[in-house]
Amino acid sequence: MNVVRLAGGRSVLLRPRAAAVGTGLVLLAAAIGVVSIGSGDYPMSPAEVVRTLTGGGDPAQHFIVNELRLPRVVTALLVGAALGLAGALFQSLTRNPLGSPDILGFTQGAAAGAFLAVVLGGGSLALAGGAMAGGVLTGVVIYALASRGGLHGYRLVLTGIGCTAILTGVNGYLLTRAQLMDAARAMLWFTGSLDGRGWEEAVPLLAGMAVLVPVVLLGCGRALPVLEMGDDLASGLGVRVRRLRLVLLAAAVLLTSLAAAAAGPVAFVALTAPQVARRMTKAPGPNPLVSMCTGAALLVGADWAAQRLFAGHQLPVGVLTGLLGGGYLVWLLIVQRRSGRI
Amino acid sequence: MSAPASAQELEPRSSGERPPAARTALRAAGLVGSLLVLLAVLTLSIGVGARQLSPGEVWQGLVDSQSAAHAVVHQMRLPRTLLGLLAGAALGLAGGVMQALTRNPLADPGLLGINAGAAAAVASAGAFLGVATFDGYVWFALAGTATVAALVYAVGGGRGATPARLALAGAALNAALYSYVSAVMLLEAASLERMRFWTVGSLASAQSTTVVKVLPFIAVGLVLALALARPLNALALGDDSARALGARPALVRTAAIAAVTLLCGAATAACGPIVFVGLMVPHLVRALTGPDLRWMFPYCAVLAPVLLLGADVLGRVLARPGELQVGIVTAVLGGPFFLYFVNRAKMVGRS
Repeated sequence: MNVVRLAGGRSVLLRPRAAAVGTGLVLLAAAIGVVSIGSGDYPMSPAEVVRTLTGGGDPAQHFIVNELRLPRVVTALLVGAALGLAGALFQSLTRNPLGSPDILGFTQGAAAGAFLAVVLGGGSLALAGGAMAGGVLTGVVIYALASRGGLHGYRLVLTGIGCTAILTGVNGYLLTRAQLMDAARAMLWFTGSLDGRGWEEAVPLLAGMAVLVPVVLLGCGRALPVLEMGDDLASGLGVRVRRLRLVLLAAAVLLTSLAAAAAGPVAFVALTAPQVARRMTKAPGPNPLVSMCTGAALLVGADWAAQRLFAGHQLPVGVLTGLLGGGYLVWLLIVQRRSGRI
Repeated sequence: MSAPASAQELEPRSSGERPPAARTALRAAGLVGSLLVLLAVLTLSIGVGARQLSPGEVWQGLVDSQSAAHAVVHQMRLPRTLLGLLAGAALGLAGGVMQALTRNPLADPGLLGINAGAAAAVASAGAFLGVATFDGYVWFALAGTATVAALVYAVGGGRGATPARLALAGAALNAALYSYVSAVMLLEAASLERMRFWTVGSLASAQSTTVVKVLPFIAVGLVLALALARPLNALALGDDSARALGARPALVRTAAIAAVTLLCGAATAACGPIVFVGLMVPHLVRALTGPDLRWMFPYCAVLAPVLLLGADVLGRVLARPGELQVGIVTAVLGGPFFLYFVNRAKMVGRS
């Protein structure tokens, strides 16, 4: 950990290990992305993929890469990054490694919105919009319920659990009201899938992240570790706790909802990415940037594996992350229990 | 397990100044009153539906095979009502046992992921082994329930767990298990068609055969749970005191988990996962009886079906001519109760 002093009395904290890990993850994600683009019914070598991406290649390759396969990989990278960042923020705000959108109820909220859109007979645009609205609305409700008399980590988590239980009931009801075809479509969406994602899914997500990520990383990045030390200490160090928390919570909810609108609520990426990042960087406190990179690498890798794992059978990526994340979660619960952190 | 030297010493002294005899009489009268309420709700549950029956017609339909209402009552409403009675008693009592065992006011079979364990096991059995009848999957449900009950108890920290920690461990397992269930439903459209109705929690598909089959499991669970009231009372004083009073803590805990498994596993296999009944009922009952489990458990077993059947009737009345599944009604009713509970500062502690 080195402090670099700049002119004018400003200073920047450099963490060589975090920087190395982050760079490594970005390269890994890019490598998996290239391999993923290259594999399929029309296989291409990584060199061909890179040449096509940089403007070379013949028209057929150009069409396959830029129109068919690149959007899916870009969506995977963006969704993974958004979920990784949102998870880091939630875990930091609740001061709990289990504070993830899966457990706090946003997943179910987004699903309720999406199911409602399906039951009312909307297309895929309505589905994405419903997911977005449902996630944000759930966030507002949970915040309103949990923030009376100051927001506490555990109260936020428990309020989320209560809302999840209610919404699970509502979702089950909506699912029974739908036709079987619609129910299957809603379930597929609810599991989280990147099948057939095009630029129209990637672009809104990219636009949202272009606004939210700088706000979080540049605007709040310094104050976030201080916030973890407790409200009193943070106030003493000059952090405006209430406002900061509201901004971070809003950003995390928006990121989760945007990601859900693009790919469905892919399970457990938001939970695992920050934990994996923390273990790799061995740095204390939240690691928003590295968590983003981890999430992106994780999701693009999981999507690639889910397409190849069973020959002739494409799994939705959410099944794989759900199973991996579920196992990881149980392990985490046991380890954290031993060290008394949960 | 020998009886404590004096029952007086075990009597928690929290419910005011009345002498013990008067208190006992009052509690017994309350239990009789609760049974009357239950009777009224049972009549209501048989009477309400597409064709309304008056209490007199319900009685005629029950006993007189010539009456016009006989077919409706015996073939449709009675199985459903009896299943609600059994499942309600099972879930309420399971909640009571869990809250006593974990000394945790937030314990509920739905919230702690135990019903989800049964759901995951049933989903696997249906999708991979082709098990589609209650006979087959009740065993899977029991196995799933037992696994998750033991896991959440161990992971959540056993006796030392704070309410929030246990709820969190349960929520995590819930999320993991339901993501598995939805993956299974997705991979096989047939199980989606079957499971999407089952996972909501409903009494609608009740048949008299289901009632007969679920009865032994729940009966054994009920007897076991009621027998555990006294040792669990002792356990509330801490392990050392309990041992001094003649209870064997390890045995009691194992038996309590077994009772929860039987009750929840059988109820979930029959009607699907239903949340919040096990949370709400013990709290409402505790306000009536005080913390003595020897009174609490019978009250739970009587009043939980009142809640479940009441919710079922409400679901039928609200969404005429269709119906809202009972699991949805209890979730929507119970959720605010849980939120109110969480927002009382005591529950959250320091955090």
